[in-house]
Amino acid sequence: MTGISAYGVYIPRARLSKKAVADANAWFDAGLKSLGKGERAICNWDEDVITMAVEAASECLSSNQDVKLSSLYLASTTFPFLDRQNSVVVSEALNIDNQIRTMDIGASQRAATSALISLLESKVEGDSLLVASEHRRSKAGSRAEMLWGDAAASVLIGSENVIAECVGIESLAVDFVDHYRGEESSFDYDWEERWIRDEGFMKTVPAVVKKLLQSASLSTADINHFILPTDQSRTPGVLAKKLGINVTALVDNQISTVGVAGAAQPILLLAKALEESNPGDHILIIGFGQGCDAILLKATDAITNYKPALNVSGALARRREENNYNKFLGFNNLIERDIGKRGEADKQTYLSGYNRRKDFLTSFLGGKCRECGTVQIPREKYCVNPDCNALNSQDDYSFADKQGNVVTWTADRLTFDWSPPAYFGMVQFDGGGKIMMDFTEVEEGSIESGSKVSVHFRIRQFDPVRGFRKYFWKAVIEEKIND
Amino acid sequence: MASGIKDKVVILGMGCSKFGERWDASPSDLMVEAFEECIEDAGVQRNQIEAAWFGAGIDAFNVGASAMPLAIALRLNYIPVTKVENMCATGTEAFRGAVYAVASGACDIALALGVEKLKDTGYGGLPQRSRGLENDMYWPNLSAPGAFAQLATGYRAKHKLNKEDLKRAMAHVSVKSHANGVKNPKAHLRREITEDQAVSAPYIADPIGLFDCCGVSDGSACAIVTTPEIAKSLGKENLVSVKALQLAVSNGTESSHESWDGSYLKTTRIASQRAYDEAGISKPKEEITMTEVHDCFSITELVTMEDLQLAEEGKGVTEVLDGNFDADGKTPCQIDGGLKCFGHPIGASGLRMIYENYLQLNGRAGDRQLSNPKMGLNHNLGGFPHQNICSISIVGPYN
Repeated sequence: MTGISAYGVYIPRARLSKKAVADANAWFDAGLKSLGKGERAICNWDEDVITMAVEAASECLSSNQDVKLSSLYLASTTFPFLDRQNSVVVSEALNIDNQIRTMDIGASQRAATSALISLLESKVEGDSLLVASEHRRSKAGSRAEMLWGDAAASVLIGSENVIAECVGIESLAVDFVDHYRGEESSFDYDWEERWIRDEGFMKTVPAVVKKLLQSASLSTADINHFILPTDQSRTPGVLAKKLGINVTALVDNQISTVGVAGAAQPILLLAKALEESNPGDHILIIGFGQGCDAILLKATDAITNYKPALNVSGALARRREENNYNKFLGFNNLIERDIGKRGEADKQTYLSGYNRRKDFLTSFLGGKCRECGTVQIPREKYCVNPDCNALNSQDDYSFADKQGNVVTWTADRLTFDWSPPAYFGMVQFDGGGKIMMDFTEVEEGSIESGSKVSVHFRIRQFDPVRGFRKYFWKAVIEEKIND
Repeated sequence: MASGIKDKVVILGMGCSKFGERWDASPSDLMVEAFEECIEDAGVQRNQIEAAWFGAGIDAFNVGASAMPLAIALRLNYIPVTKVENMCATGTEAFRGAVYAVASGACDIALALGVEKLKDTGYGGLPQRSRGLENDMYWPNLSAPGAFAQLATGYRAKHKLNKEDLKRAMAHVSVKSHANGVKNPKAHLRREITEDQAVSAPYIADPIGLFDCCGVSDGSACAIVTTPEIAKSLGKENLVSVKALQLAVSNGTESSHESWDGSYLKTTRIASQRAYDEAGISKPKEEITMTEVHDCFSITELVTMEDLQLAEEGKGVTEVLDGNFDADGKTPCQIDGGLKCFGHPIGASGLRMIYENYLQLNGRAGDRQLSNPKMGLNHNLGGFPHQNICSISIVGPYN
């Protein structure tokens, strides 16, 4: 029995008030005010598809330490790298054994559902991880800016401890151009909403769903959770009615809390549906884009006892209100800001040097001395313990899953930062090890010597001259979620 | 057992340029300004200098690589010239090279000169620059105030101080140095400030405010050194000799080992103890009569007083507020105005500090002359609290 055995989600903490967006842009498009309710999730300046994917995947894997992954697929239409496999960066940040199949899947809003189908149908032994992550690009003052959001979600696919088994799969390939983004463009171009609804959703989806239910010997009345990712608020209801699916089965697209997260949306909503499922529930997931994917899952008895480290409600609750629309524009390079002289400093990454320290920089591995037991990061040839200093005596020691305490800190207003002030300081890890590192997501007044932190994979620097970005780990002040 | 440097080398002459925003002066101009004063004071000819050590901190923004800029600026006579760079300890490092050369007998008369032209970089503070290929991959993008602000948070946490008390003591450090700087014509900043001004100034890096930071300036300082015998043969009186020259360099313990809690400067404790031993000083509080310490930030000076054993550990705030380090205090600190008022042209600072002690010991310090100076300690700290270089020099009357 193949199916889903775990899920994990990541929603950026920053939630931009839609009223702030509408107020800033109403002079140009008064119609935006009608969309100005609630908020949307926005990436911090140091978040992108890769960092969110690492978070969601890490949450997904945290509930099952014994997983032996055979593959990791990353779905997105906003990969930071067009030619450097993004999924490999994610797998190294997760410190997964590199004997693994990886793949980036993109170019469509159904990238994640297509990837999920491929993994569900795969005969390879072991578990597979699917991560879908999207950092949406939209023009300033657009409807998309009001309706979309940034997020990532991940599911583990396998045949052990399955919480939702696969009942059926159908696909249809149709080049229906509701929107597109060409290689020369940063933004989507789309066609009229009503046409997309009537000629796209209303024709394509029913054809696929009917075929799927027929082959599974089920009827639309059997669907308990209906996932139709779209930023058209009424379309899922209209479609459910046409299909005969109970409206109570609709899984809300979270437009007023997260925003529609592009290719990540079907997986994010699947996590939400799983969170609310009882054994025996049927979940129908649609992926729409140049045709349609439909996947039917059935919750198993195991779902009763499945408790993710952080569910969708928990991720939604872990939020920070952001009312500064200019900050959003800045984070997304929608305005050219004066970054000052300190921002001009060259940020070239020396790739050969970077490659040598990848275990530290990406996987956040330090060392543990076999002679004296001292844990240390970064690892040097000689042990740092002044009473030991043994040579080549250290085994790999992972810090990515460790918590620590702030020893020293400051809020630096002189140095360049994309979101000043720059917070950083010395972190002492539980179980040993100490390093001076950046902090992120700090709210003024929330940090003190002794504050508890966890560490997270984030963008450290952009090199705009060469189109590169560096990643490293940053400390985040811990807050308790889900209790 | 090594016998140490004590009394093996004396200062024959010293010079120091006017520090400040020297828009009019090139690095060469500054070097010549310091050198002219120095060689006149020494009473020797340029061709008597047998070797030179040249300190400059930031190559890319300053004079460029190698020792040639010094040789060319001073038209030195094809003698051996060595360029040294050791962050903020660079000036003292140049001095150490010249002193060691004389002490070894390799030459009779040696020159040490430091220079830095920070005001051509276009930055308000120290220029943004690489920390090295690997460090740049993961170090926070910290500014100097950002680095030393952590010393304040670490010190405050360790001694359970409230922020206001620490800020007030930090303010006192700056107020005192500004009051001293007013009396020094070579200082960059020459106006008094109040404690309220210092406390209420905008934060640069929490809890370091604008007036907790030293200035940024251009400047040069230099020394000519020789043996006591040669100095005497040249008719010099009231000789000032080198009593100790020490350097301690972090080996990564502070940054990566939990034995360091961020509340003090390990290198300063080690280097100063070694310097006291070398100089034969057993009671620093009684024997050191003046100090020029690395007050890049007010908190650094406060903590340094403890690390030098001139204040009791954890009592820095009280001792500073009691005025122990004021001009009329027990152990005057930064009687010339310090980095606070001179700014910190990196390559020059260490030599500028020795220059002040040399003047004081010769009774040539003008309005700011101390009544009975005996043993002067100079301290530099290069780098950051968690990873740094500390240099200590002690000078006093040659007996």
